[in-house]
Amino acid sequence: MSSTEIAPDSTRRPFTGRRVRFGDVSLQAVAGTAAAAATFLVFLIAYKVVRGAQPAIGKYGLAFVTRVAWDPVKNVYGAGSFLFGTALTSLLALAIAAPLAIGIALFLTELAPRRLRAPVTALIETLAAIPSVVIGLWGILVLGPILRDHVEPALHSALGFIPLFGSPSSTGSSIFTAIVVLTIMILPIVASISRELFLGVPRDLKEGALALGTTRWEMVRGVMFPYARGGIAAALILGLGRAVGEAIAVTQVIGGGLGIQLNLFATGDTLASKIASSYQGAQSNIQIASLVYLGLILLVFSLIMNVSAQVIVRRVARRQGVGLNRGGLG
Amino acid sequence: MSTHSLTKASLRAEGLPRRRAVNRAMELVAWLAAALGVAILGVVVWSVARRGAGALNLDLLTKTPSVAFSLTPVKQGLANAFAGSLVIVGIATLMALPVGILVAIYLNEFARPSVRTAVSLTLDVLNGVPAIVIGIFVYGLLVLGHGQSGFAGSFALACIMLPLVARSTMEVLTLVPMSLREASLALGVPRWRTTLSIVLPQTIGGIVTGTVLAVARVAGETAPLLFVSSLAGTSLSWDPHHALQTVPVAIFELSESADPADHTRAWAAALVLLIFILFSSLGARWLATRTTRRLSTSR
Repeated sequence: MSSTEIAPDSTRRPFTGRRVRFGDVSLQAVAGTAAAAATFLVFLIAYKVVRGAQPAIGKYGLAFVTRVAWDPVKNVYGAGSFLFGTALTSLLALAIAAPLAIGIALFLTELAPRRLRAPVTALIETLAAIPSVVIGLWGILVLGPILRDHVEPALHSALGFIPLFGSPSSTGSSIFTAIVVLTIMILPIVASISRELFLGVPRDLKEGALALGTTRWEMVRGVMFPYARGGIAAALILGLGRAVGEAIAVTQVIGGGLGIQLNLFATGDTLASKIASSYQGAQSNIQIASLVYLGLILLVFSLIMNVSAQVIVRRVARRQGVGLNRGGLG
Repeated sequence: MSTHSLTKASLRAEGLPRRRAVNRAMELVAWLAAALGVAILGVVVWSVARRGAGALNLDLLTKTPSVAFSLTPVKQGLANAFAGSLVIVGIATLMALPVGILVAIYLNEFARPSVRTAVSLTLDVLNGVPAIVIGIFVYGLLVLGHGQSGFAGSFALACIMLPLVARSTMEVLTLVPMSLREASLALGVPRWRTTLSIVLPQTIGGIVTGTVLAVARVAGETAPLLFVSSLAGTSLSWDPHHALQTVPVAIFELSESADPADHTRAWAAALVLLIFILFSSLGARWLATRTTRRLSTSR
């Protein structure tokens, strides 16, 4: 079909000599420029963020990273509190989401009746498509009050001797609500990458194990997990990266609080949520620079996590000859 | 290592009832996890639908928000936000689409393998930059000294769309059979003409799918717009030279409000956004399966 479009054209104006070279060279040049621009963009982002943070870097140095303070009156700023909040929320969200996501992936590849597989896969991926602001809206108006009235008091009375489960929050905005919201957001990401990894496990390996008399779970543990181990690690890192970088939904539900405390039902802040909630109202230049410094820490984290996940994915893909086309976040 | 644990497991045949019980329990856990995942989606969508449907009417789309303490009749729409989202996402698509396609063409048709690996890693890194950091970046690049604008918002969203469009185009370019390129080249058609009029038309379905998914993704992005296009008035404006209100930013601001009437409008706007995103994702998914099937059968 396409060749008939070409034929009359090429008899009229034969592609020879200079015209051919000119066309080839210019398409390659234009496309190459686009690729160079995309690469340049990443470096420009890093440069601009470093430049924006420069005043704060110059004034506070590396001590900023661990200092627990955010005082616009005395102009003392530090990332310690938000680093703690980021680590607490994203690691706990990952700890809850990881087994659930792997369970979902196993369901979709091994257990689900054939008729259920495509629809449930589509539903899980739809969950990933819901914008964070909508999840946050739901988190603050629906989930928060439920957690405050029912879940937090129950956890406190049953497990109150553990410092994590302190006295329940008064508003529904808490680190705990943020953890639940983040869990919901990273669950479909980790699940759909794990599903693709499990689909890539060779059938003869799985059938060989079952033929040796293993139960299905023993086959999963003995064959599928070792086979997909690297990929699952990458999936978990990507999920963690998504949780660390999420700003809007966390800002909506975490309540904004300063300090390092283990009580999950208290308010807090993460690096990303602090930027989202205070950037607009920032008064002094040094406060803006400090917020950009938080962004720089966030950028460094996301770079480390993304590059390591991609390196793992590529190594696994080369070793097993399967294409993992679902790189990156979201 | 896998064979080691396997032999251990299969030799332990004496504990068969216990092994069966463990297997049952694990299968149950997987079923429950899947049910929980679907239930979460159901609860979120149902919450938005139930609370948003009541406030969903034509006024939401056609009228602008009322100014506080104004004496004019109450207008309770978000027309300015819908107009702003259309303009900003539209311009972002115009920015990201051609560049994304060209990047994909370069990587798939021209680049050496080492360059290809390096640039696609960079695209993955760009994809992984948190949206809030993109917001800071565009604020420093375009807003500082010039003020907020719809264009700045479009550029921020284009940064997020670019790796998505490039990746989906690359994926479908690799599906185009090599024999098609070879046939064209053998007929004496130069490489640039082969790429643009033989290879690229085959990938239209995939490019459209990728673009629709990218649009659905950025239509709901709040974080990059928060600093670059949020200080907008309540009047209806289509001019990207000034800051424009957008649907996600409006939902974000309304959700932080103490007034329940604002919450109702936030739910209604969220419902419109959700319907748009769900339908475009489903449409894109349908188109994707069609394109992939056609390309893999033609191979």
